[in-house]
Amino acid sequence: MMNSPDLKVNIGGLILKNPVLTASGTFGYGEEFAPFVNLHRLGAVVVKGISLAPRAGNPPPRIVETACGMLNAIGLENVGVDRFLAEKLPYLRGLGATVIVNILGETLDEYRELARRLGEEGDIAAIELNISCPNVKKGGVAFGSDPKMARAVTEAVCRHARQPVIMKLSPNVTDIRVIARAAEEGGAAAVSLINTLLGMAIDAETRRPKLANLVGGLSGPAIKPVALRMVWQVASAVKIPVIGIGGIVTAVDAIEFLLAGATAIEVGTANFVNPKATEEILAGIRSYLERHKMQSARELIGALAPDA
Amino acid sequence: MADQYQSKAKVLKSERLATDVCRLTLLCPDIAKKARPGQFVMLRIAPAALDPLIRRPFSIYQTTAGGQLQILYKVVGKGTGIMAGLHPGDMVDLVGPLGTGFPIDVRPRHCLIGGGMGAAPLFFLATWLLRHPDAEPVVLLGARNREELRAIAPEFENLGIPVGLATDDGSEGHHGYVVDLLADSLTGEERPWHVFSCGPYPMLRAVAKLCHLRSRRCHVSLETMMACGIGACLGCALPRAGLNGYLHVCRDGPVLEAGQVAWF
Ligand SMILES: Cc1cc2nc3c(=O)[nH]c(=O)nc-3n(C[C@H](O)[C@H](O)[C@H](O)COP(=O)(O)OP(=O)(O)OC[C@H]3O[C@@H](n4cnc5c(N)ncnc54)[C@H](O)[C@@H]3O)c2cc1C
Ligand SMILES: Cc1cc2nc3c(=O)[nH]c(=O)nc-3n(C[C@H](O)[C@H](O)[C@H](O)COP(=O)(O)O)c2cc1C
Ligand code: FES
Repeated sequence: MMNSPDLKVNIGGLILKNPVLTASGTFGYGEEFAPFVNLHRLGAVVVKGISLAPRAGNPPPRIVETACGMLNAIGLENVGVDRFLAEKLPYLRGLGATVIVNILGETLDEYRELARRLGEEGDIAAIELNISCPNVKKGGVAFGSDPKMARAVTEAVCRHARQPVIMKLSPNVTDIRVIARAAEEGGAAAVSLINTLLGMAIDAETRRPKLANLVGGLSGPAIKPVALRMVWQVASAVKIPVIGIGGIVTAVDAIEFLLAGATAIEVGTANFVNPKATEEILAGIRSYLERHKMQSARELIGALAPDA
Repeated sequence: MADQYQSKAKVLKSERLATDVCRLTLLCPDIAKKARPGQFVMLRIAPAALDPLIRRPFSIYQTTAGGQLQILYKVVGKGTGIMAGLHPGDMVDLVGPLGTGFPIDVRPRHCLIGGGMGAAPLFFLATWLLRHPDAEPVVLLGARNREELRAIAPEFENLGIPVGLATDDGSEGHHGYVVDLLADSLTGEERPWHVFSCGPYPMLRAVAKLCHLRSRRCHVSLETMMACGIGACLGCALPRAGLNGYLHVCRDGPVLEAGQVAWF
């Protein structure tokens, strides 16, 4: 009788009980999924992106389905850090869930202040930094599209946060490896990728864009090949752990990301399609390891065979 | 939000009531037992397929003690097209019951006004109200034409309550909008009226306006695009009255007090 495989993974010093996490913005504040998932069983719950002040978000329509995926332009609606800490975090803490807080800001100062506030909370396991937002002080260029800004924001957050900092990378750049290296130099404990791909949908009958914001972020199975390629590229460009995100629906999808070099994965749009997706993926990884007589999920990380 | 389930449900019956109006009968006891009028389910029509990917929201038309749940729907696109081809024995995947339904208070008189498939949650509501001996609901139904109206009206007529009818083309009942019938229905002052409405947006706006002018309490069931149905994606935003932020239709609604909504 074989021992059940060891699923633990190490994200820059943070030991997670398994490699299955939720992707920010697709799992609410966790409580929305409590009827369907045992939150404490997940590697971590990554909550909706939090800003310093509450944000109302974009006008509707905010979402539209596309072939094997969806576009969203939510506009980073969230309750703000005060209400998050007062109303949302205690619930997750009570369930014994491992919590990673995704943050966003429009200035370096906002990121710094958020890191300081969250740093005071001992039971937040890590901070994930969303740098896809426009930097209002730099003419609205996204923090994540410029290596200097990406490095500066990582340094600022790392200096104020007590937890490991995960830099979440945008795929909407010429070479994602350059930004990943900037994050590593800035002190990030890990990088996670990919955020959504910028896209658009048009209604030919009415001749109007389908989203009020005109453009939105593409997610779901449609983006998986792009995400897998980027994870594979970044894993060989940096020494820090990589968290793979993009179109993961099944355990097989998740394992492909681990083989490409990811240490852990985040499940996003699939949570809408199948609210139990995370726990099913976890069970599927376990049975894959058993079937292949592997002792640990870590044996899969970067274990891609060199040729086809 | 604890009483929500994700369930595999067996198709018991798949009926076509008119050219593009169908009714699906599913067996899913856990959801059926907890469902209240005005609540909805998110349906994954082809559980193994990645396209269409996102679940589709449908109001609950009726539940039975035996754990059955019915959906009344119009074929409008890809997902509903696949639904219409379902056969008894096929399996679908449901999440529900979701959202905030109709607030039920039996003291006032109730006027239920529906357009097209908006009749679906109102039928569930009517059956629920009739459990109370004092309830005297009045129903007003609008449809494009006689064929569509005959697909939805008979079940209401069988309840033995007054049913007013309207069609866009005049092929049955009042020739014009069903809202035209509303003003004359809200008569008699001995009991205050509570109006419940579901249907196309312009109709709901007209109902809300009339109720506001006549100081009648009014609840409407609204539709937006939805990805999750459980308050997680924030995709179902609807501007709040006074343009003071957004409501989330899947959780604050789909049934909302008309005065909460910013009407455009
Ligand atoms: C709370 C709620 C209750 C509803 N109840 C009923 C009902 O009882 N009977 C009924 O016939 N219809 C109902 N609808 C509408 C129904 O969800 C859409 O008609 C259905 O999703 C169309 O799917 P499709 O794949 O056939 O259309 P598609 O080919 O995808 O698109 C056709 C149109 O359907 C609408 N639509 C598509 N996807 C969604 C979505 N995820 N959310 C909302 N709208 C969408 C859009 O307006 C779109 O332009 C309800 C909608 C909501 C939000
Ligand atoms: C509705 C929605 C909201 C999202 N909100 C956020 C967010 O607040 N912060 C963030 O970093 N990423 C956000 N994302 C991106 C996801 O976390 C993820 O990176 C992306 O969707 C790709 O993964 P998927 O294909 O598995 O969904 C959002 C995605 C969706 C679909
Ligand atoms: S549909 Fe996802 S929050 Fe309402």
